[in-house]
Amino acid sequence: MHRENRLVTINKLVKKFDISGGFLDQLKIENKKIVRKKTFVHAVNDVSFTVNKGEILSVVGESGCGKSTLARVVVGLYSPWSGEIFYKDKRIDNLDGSQMLSYRKKMQMIFQDPYASLNPRMTVKKTLEEPLRFHEPSISNSEIEEKVLYVMEQVGVNPKWADRYPHEFSGGQRQRVSIARALMVDPEFIVADEPISALDVSIQAQILNLLMDARDNFGLTYMLITHDLSVVEHISTRVCVMYLGTVCEIAPVRNIFSNPLHPYTQALLSAIPKPGVKKKEHIKLKGEVPTPIVLPTGCVFHTRCLYADERCRREIPKPLSYDNGESFVACHGVEEKRI
Amino acid sequence: MMEHLLEVNNLEVKFKLRTGELTAIDNVGFTLDKGERLGIVGESGAGKSVTGFSIINLISKPGYISGGEIMFEGKDLTRVSEDVLRHIRGNRISMIFQDPMMTLNPVFTIGEQMAETILAHKNISRKDALEISVEKLRQVHIPSPETRLNQYPHEFSGGMRQRIVIAISLLLDPAIIIADEPTTALDVTIQAEIMELLLELCEKNDTGMILITHDLGVVSQVTEKIAVMYAGRIVEIGSTENIVANPLHPYTKGLIKALPGSRGTGEKLYQIPGSMPNLTEMPKGCAFHPRCELAEGECFSKVPELIQRGNFRRLAACHKF
Amino acid sequence: MDKWKKFKESYFLYSFLRDPVAIVSFIIFLFLVIVSFSAPLIAPHDPYDTSTISIMDSEIPPVWYGEGDDNFILGTDSQGRDMLSTMMYGMRVSIIIGIGAVALQAFLGVVIGLLSGYIGGRVDAFFMRLADIQLSFSTLMVAIFISAIFQTAFGVGKYSEYAVPILVLIIGIAEWPQYARTVRASVLGEKEKEYVEAAKVIGFGSRWIMFRHILPNTLSPVFVISTIQVANAVMSEAALSFLGLGMPVTKPSLGSLINLGFEYIFSGSWWITIFPGILLIILVLVVNLLGDWLRDVLNPKLYKG
Ligand SMILES: Nc1ncnc2c1ncn2[C@@H]1O[C@H](COP(=O)(O)OP(=O)(O)O)[C@@H](O)[C@H]1O
Ligand SMILES: Nc1ncnc2c1ncn2[C@@H]1O[C@H](COP(=O)(O)OP(=O)(O)O)[C@@H](O)[C@H]1O
Ligand code: SF4
Ligand SMILES: [Mg+2]
Ligand SMILES: [Mg+2]
Repeated sequence: MHRENRLVTINKLVKKFDISGGFLDQLKIENKKIVRKKTFVHAVNDVSFTVNKGEILSVVGESGCGKSTLARVVVGLYSPWSGEIFYKDKRIDNLDGSQMLSYRKKMQMIFQDPYASLNPRMTVKKTLEEPLRFHEPSISNSEIEEKVLYVMEQVGVNPKWADRYPHEFSGGQRQRVSIARALMVDPEFIVADEPISALDVSIQAQILNLLMDARDNFGLTYMLITHDLSVVEHISTRVCVMYLGTVCEIAPVRNIFSNPLHPYTQALLSAIPKPGVKKKEHIKLKGEVPTPIVLPTGCVFHTRCLYADERCRREIPKPLSYDNGESFVACHGVEEKRI
Repeated sequence: MMEHLLEVNNLEVKFKLRTGELTAIDNVGFTLDKGERLGIVGESGAGKSVTGFSIINLISKPGYISGGEIMFEGKDLTRVSEDVLRHIRGNRISMIFQDPMMTLNPVFTIGEQMAETILAHKNISRKDALEISVEKLRQVHIPSPETRLNQYPHEFSGGMRQRIVIAISLLLDPAIIIADEPTTALDVTIQAEIMELLLELCEKNDTGMILITHDLGVVSQVTEKIAVMYAGRIVEIGSTENIVANPLHPYTKGLIKALPGSRGTGEKLYQIPGSMPNLTEMPKGCAFHPRCELAEGECFSKVPELIQRGNFRRLAACHKF
Repeated sequence: MDKWKKFKESYFLYSFLRDPVAIVSFIIFLFLVIVSFSAPLIAPHDPYDTSTISIMDSEIPPVWYGEGDDNFILGTDSQGRDMLSTMMYGMRVSIIIGIGAVALQAFLGVVIGLLSGYIGGRVDAFFMRLADIQLSFSTLMVAIFISAIFQTAFGVGKYSEYAVPILVLIIGIAEWPQYARTVRASVLGEKEKEYVEAAKVIGFGSRWIMFRHILPNTLSPVFVISTIQVANAVMSEAALSFLGLGMPVTKPSLGSLINLGFEYIFSGSWWITIFPGILLIILVLVVNLLGDWLRDVLNPKLYKG
């Protein structure tokens, strides 16, 4: 893939949360000495990938594996502990507030909980106007009005309801308003963190269709975070599989589903229940997900992997890339061709 | 005709609200045989949980059972005394909730809670009760159950807690387990494990199960029968295979067609327009008609009956065939 | 018109009309407020006008006693002022100080709570420790302390002249921690919500997010404590006045009236203390009852649509 096709690139991104608490909580006794020790949650560890223009890159993994944290670091809600984020060719993770402003417009986010993601004290109209007024102070009232109506129509919210408050809407309608708010500033890149998982079954399809329509009509690129693998299979172009803050495998959606390479991807895929398919054997992983406070040595997956050996316990697997770097898998077993 | 283990007829539950009465479920009926597994699917607010709760008469305050009967082992559970109900709950019919902490008490160890449950229903020694508990924990694949027995709920992961709840629900070898969205809060991999476990245990003990969920995928893997609920009524009920392969009611059809994966990758999904009505603003006639492509004539004025349609071996509540 | 219709259908009005205690409290409160604020118009005498007061009229008992005087229905105080009129004026002073002090408390508390909760870290630690220290003394202790400082700084004469604003200041400063803590707690809850994150992603600055997005969502608990705080402030003022640190006898509040009469209670002139006392209790009670009702209405846990 060509360089100019890259929209967002992240490089060796690390995010830790300091949960040590106050000074006194940090004191520990080690070898009969009192030492000060900080405790971290290693939410995202050394993650690198590129999102290309026009694609839908899905990030999947169990809850707590760092998907939301990754999303928030990418849009700049959290600052990374280390690593780099590029928008096209411009490094953006070290910009200050005012320099960042023009990138804020280009990158927007859609959230999971439609009940929490709209300000309960603001009408739909105010919610939608505000971002535009902020980013385009010179724009006239009539132009704003026009745009609000246009976007409301695009997302399927009746423009007559512009003066209503969020609590007067159903979950699906609220999610539409949320999407409309993101679209108001003409973004190029949207990070959607589980945008449908809080919605009802009959509404999920509506919102997925809306996301696909918006991509076509507004020329959007998505990073879509979800744990619903059938959604992933349906709408994404590439899939990034995460486990315990680490990327196990990235590959085009067809490859992931027809030929998953990483043992974790294989286990994850074998667990999807599909209507009409009776009880099929799924790969049972051993044990439980370890805590992200003390990461396992070597491959983070080795405590649960059916193929783990001595090397896996010792050495962190390097991403093995293929397809011109569009896909990679990080697993000793795959590298050694034993899986 | 053979007698069913559980037979629910014309069940109706109402809630007293300040704006008047709300009918949460209306004319709900189904049967369950020994060892049979029934799935109740539908979106949130459709009345699935209310149906589940009302079977063991656990509807709380503003709500009450306003009609119908629930026949279980020769008794109508809507009419029996609280004492009889207490004996049936947990002992003959047990319930598993979405949130394991609804069942588990955070201030007691797992062992204490399990033993208490047994001792409340059985006249045996505490030691025997603990032994049964260990055995049940082993059945739900909790490693080293003897030591785990002394731990508190917060020392377990979400998946483990749900397994413990399953163990508790099985303690007294009930005839029916009602599982209300038992895996919704869990991850896919753990979800698959829990469902498999439930299925295995129910099959082994010949326990009947009512599985409440919004996930058609889960239901179709586990159950033999499905009841689809919409706005407080059952709109279609029949064997899982038939319903998934060839749904009759437009709502069921829509649900199945709208699943990602039923169309080519990247194509627009089929979508049911609109959303389920609020129970306080129920449309006249068929509750589904505002969202239905086929609606005409009677659909706007008359509530369709849940009866056998054509020569399909299942019931559907829809005027149009 | 639309607003009015919404109000008529609201849960707020619904629960009010269904709660007789709230209705009665509200009517009494409204009555007291109207009576006290229209005192210059309706009071039979003007207790501030020294030319109309005669020491000869002092300690006249209420009319229903033999020695009573039709001119002074509830009798007169030790300086010969009509009790009824003095109480009406006094209640006005009490209410003004109560509301003024609460406005100041709310302003300080809301701003500090907002900054503490949103910024966190050292700012939070500083203000919250300060609040802890202040709360570990009783409000009255703090108020007495501050008013003593003021009194020595300005001298007693100046202090009585500016007594109203000074008391507002004293009681305002003494009670801000209640507000700061409440607001901070709701800010901590709100700032985790996704609408705040959405505002950050759009690029709004912290100040905008704090005041335009978070603040409006933290106000309902502020309203609830405000009613109770008004009652508390009226009580604090009365206590300070009773201790001689409050309103001067020339411009008495309910508290200073009680204090004034207290000396005469054993000489038989009980009415100088008892009447203002009863009025104070009624005022504080109805405000508290209204506050209780408001808390129940605005408490989302109790609210079931
Ligand atoms: N603000 C935070 N402070 C401390 N730990 C956090 C914070 N946010 C997330 N975490 C931890 O980071 C890990 C990853 O969380 P998250 O990114 O939310 O996972 P996911 O979205 O995949 O479920 C979890 O262990 C979570 O507890
Ligand atoms: N405690 C309650 N008070 C008032 N209405 C209730 C209550 N519980 C349930 N309902 C009503 O019953 C309907 C069905 O609820 P429920 O059975 O919980 O739905 P679900 O299918 O999501 O489990 C809801 O739409 C709601 O209107
Ligand atoms: S590196 Fe080893 S432990 Fe990790 S997934 Fe591959 S085989 Fe399993
Ligand atoms: Mg998440
Ligand atoms: Mg439910």
